[in-house]
Amino acid sequence: MPQTVALSVARYRPEEEAEPVFQDYEVPFRKDWVVLDALNYIKDRLDGSLSFRWSCRMGVCGSCGMMVNGQPKLTCAAFLSDQGQGPIRVEPLRFFPVIRDLVVDITDFMRKLKKVKPWIVRERDKPLAEGEHLQTPDQLDAFKQFSMCINCMLCYSACPIYGLEPGFIGPAAIALAQRYNMDSRDQGARERLEILSEHDGIWQCTFVGECTKACPKHVDPAGAIQQYKLTSAAHWFKTLLPLGSR
Amino acid sequence: MSAGAHYTPYHPKWYRRRVSVWWWLESRSYTGFVLRELSSVAVAFFAVVLVALLRALARGPEAYARFQALLASPLVLALSAVAFLFVVFHAVTWFNLAPTAMVVRLRGKRVPDAVIVGSNYLAWALLSAAVAFILLKG
Repeated sequence: MPQTVALSVARYRPEEEAEPVFQDYEVPFRKDWVVLDALNYIKDRLDGSLSFRWSCRMGVCGSCGMMVNGQPKLTCAAFLSDQGQGPIRVEPLRFFPVIRDLVVDITDFMRKLKKVKPWIVRERDKPLAEGEHLQTPDQLDAFKQFSMCINCMLCYSACPIYGLEPGFIGPAAIALAQRYNMDSRDQGARERLEILSEHDGIWQCTFVGECTKACPKHVDPAGAIQQYKLTSAAHWFKTLLPLGSR
Repeated sequence: MSAGAHYTPYHPKWYRRRVSVWWWLESRSYTGFVLRELSSVAVAFFAVVLVALLRALARGPEAYARFQALLASPLVLALSAVAFLFVVFHAVTWFNLAPTAMVVRLRGKRVPDAVIVGSNYLAWALLSAAVAFILLKG
């Protein structure tokens, strides 16, 4: 087993460089180390100026997403031993503006996420005294998969459509909209349909399917979008009927 | 990046990489996707050929014979062969994607992906057999 492995890390220091450059670091190769461990080793021992986001280091917080050898990955789940011979290329998430080194700006995603109303919408709030909204295991099952999203944005970096059409609402936000649409307690499907049927909504998606492959939580955003297209098309056909829903 | 993306203003030094024109060559799945999109041109080609064939048929035996001769020319044959490969690619890739787009539930249980893909192929085989039967026996 090799003693060390080379990491080629994208550096962008806006006060120094006009565009990112790669800097190579040699870190100990350990079987139980993930790329995030290597980055922390660099930060602690080799170069304290390297900037990157991370928090839970266990695939829950969704902060440490980066491009590892060209693939969007949670660096806390990308083992050094799975990345081939090296040097391992680490870059910031693709299609997002880079603030510094491996840190990207996520404002665009946060804005889009909020736009699809990812919360339970009720026409009228049920008084507390009436108790909780009950749900059967089958009803939970209908949306549970989509609720596993940790907002890590790997799916956006996997989606060439988002790269080409930055206005596209994008995989995670649509999957989360679908998560609430399919929740038996929610009544906001109509409001979300208006937003998701817009030009930058579901119809921008041409079903590349890479978002689903990139998702570390098996949310299947591609599935959510295609299923939503069926819903939206069915709704449109209904509006054509004389007694259809308007 | 085009207009339409909303980022926090006053950060002129953020680095934004342009998407290369050749992005679809970056990975096999992107290339496969673009080929799948392009395959719709082949589907349209066969649709146009079919409509033209019907028009020739309506114009009488001579027009029909002329159209058949055109179809048998090497250029159109080569074009048809390429279009055929694209149409097969189109069918196979879309069939394989069907379970993602269609969630079928039977008695509360989600029908396995393999069953949905399999039933598509089965329908394809049955219809092809029916068409072959009509053409060869008729």
